[in-house]
Amino acid sequence: MHQEYTVIEGDFVNAGKASSSVKKTLKQLNVNPQVVKRVVVALYEAEVNAIAHAYGGKVLVDIDADKIKMVVADKGPGIPDIAWAMEEGHSTARPEVRDMGFGAGMGLPNMQKNVDKLNVTSEVGVGTTVEMEVNFQ
Amino acid sequence: MEFYHALQVEESRCIGCSRCMKICPTEAIRIFGGKASIQEHRCIDCGRCYEECPAQAISIKDDDFEAIHRYSHSVALLPAVFMGQFPDDISVSRVYASLQELGFAHVMEVESAAMIYKDAKEKYAREHPDVRPLISSFCPAIVRLIQIKYPSLTENVMPIKVPLDLSAMYALQELQSRGIPREEIGLFYITPCAAKVSAVKAPVGEEKSLIDGVINMNLLYNRVYKHIKDQGKNHQYKPLSRQRLSADAVLSTLTNGERRICTAKRSYSIDGIENVMDFLDKLENDEVEGVEFLELRACDQSCAGALLRVDNRFLCGERMYARARKAAERERNGEMPRDREMDKYKDYLIDNALVDEVQPRSMMVLDENIARALEKMEKIEKMKVHLPQIDCGVCGAPTCEAFATDVVCGQADLHRCVFYRLHLEQAGKMTLDEGRSNMYSVWGDDRISGEIEV
Repeated sequence: MHQEYTVIEGDFVNAGKASSSVKKTLKQLNVNPQVVKRVVVALYEAEVNAIAHAYGGKVLVDIDADKIKMVVADKGPGIPDIAWAMEEGHSTARPEVRDMGFGAGMGLPNMQKNVDKLNVTSEVGVGTTVEMEVNFQ
Repeated sequence: MEFYHALQVEESRCIGCSRCMKICPTEAIRIFGGKASIQEHRCIDCGRCYEECPAQAISIKDDDFEAIHRYSHSVALLPAVFMGQFPDDISVSRVYASLQELGFAHVMEVESAAMIYKDAKEKYAREHPDVRPLISSFCPAIVRLIQIKYPSLTENVMPIKVPLDLSAMYALQELQSRGIPREEIGLFYITPCAAKVSAVKAPVGEEKSLIDGVINMNLLYNRVYKHIKDQGKNHQYKPLSRQRLSADAVLSTLTNGERRICTAKRSYSIDGIENVMDFLDKLENDEVEGVEFLELRACDQSCAGALLRVDNRFLCGERMYARARKAAERERNGEMPRDREMDKYKDYLIDNALVDEVQPRSMMVLDENIARALEKMEKIEKMKVHLPQIDCGVCGAPTCEAFATDVVCGQADLHRCVFYRLHLEQAGKMTLDEGRSNMYSVWGDDRISGEIEV
């Protein structure tokens, strides 16, 4: 099953739309509630990242019987040093975004904590793609 | 698996208007054969249907009042909101006296146990520092809502007996300590709502409740009110000296009642089922940070707005505040509120307040097997594209999505969709007669009686 959502830059009002919809789907599929929680937390984090730090992007979700794959691809400034950004407290957020309360440097570590597979690729000045996988069992 | 619920449709009264179907927050109602029916696995006994029904066709399963006479020691366990229903010139004391005159050997407000409930919750919070937010177990409709719709939050619900159960335990201890055998004690709860009936008849996390019977608050109100009116204004009754609840106990059943006395740093008090669902959606996404305690109530104004209220919820609420103000003044003057009497059993009650953990019983699951559930979901998605998406309800389901789900799960016939039928009729794949019989199957055959002249 494939689902797609569009994320718009700066649209905090609609942050969480994709993760809420995915949540509903997973509940209907009888996925363990604690697994659903991990998926939702990680996807919400990625969604907010694309809204806050980039110029919007796409969320692509693929669900099969044993796992969910989520790709959040944004157009944006990119992350120069991914390994550095994966550490708690490290953030490359722009100052104006930090002023809004984002950019505490917890986003990527929080995603890492909640998913079984995380792959972040980024090109400075082009954008960032976050690929996540969570196994149902 | 069978699920108990206390709301039922009286078929003879149901006019099949579908208002209940449209308002049900868990989409538990369908229309078929011109009558509404409640799907037991989705019903949380919130009672929105009961309030919406114009034909009074929804009723609450309760027990016969006369059953109290079977016990030499019948105990009326009252919710404090019962007192809030009476006009100002009828005192709490007089209501107590009337209940005894009507045949109850003992009368007790369940909020007497409110402070012990508070202590039990605080003990649980201390012993489970990793579980946050903790959600109050007070409102049984909310506990069921979480079980069926928010399964990931079931572990946040404190598995603790509510004041109703604690006061029943207390009454039993107290009477048995006076040498009265259990079989002579009848514990009757006067219920202000449907959800509390379910909480007694099919408790969550327990085998069986101690309560022997549940009496409808409307019915008892009528009896008490008539009794008092028959006696007249100048009737001399024996005023009771022991009916005084603390201010905190009186207020505990209203919105903010638990929250105002809890020690949590950040807590929310939310009433009204839609408001609660809105909040739980956010909470489930981890969008709300640092919450320690949640007081969630299904009814607007909490129990003052309970289904079986007689008077307006705000009038009832203010009467309770007035009572609490008086109680607070007495407490300031050094008088001991009645609920302190329970303190002698406090340790026993708190030690026995735990029930089993609340388990999810998701209504949303399409199939136990994920692969099959995925198949069904794909079918539903495909079907939805062809449905009108206006949620007209003519198929007998509340939304196009609910209808598609019913069809895929084998619980409804696709031909019940009026738009799809029109499509088939135009394509010559369905006769007018077949179309009509489909319409009749959902709504009955007496909806249209002839041509209308305009």
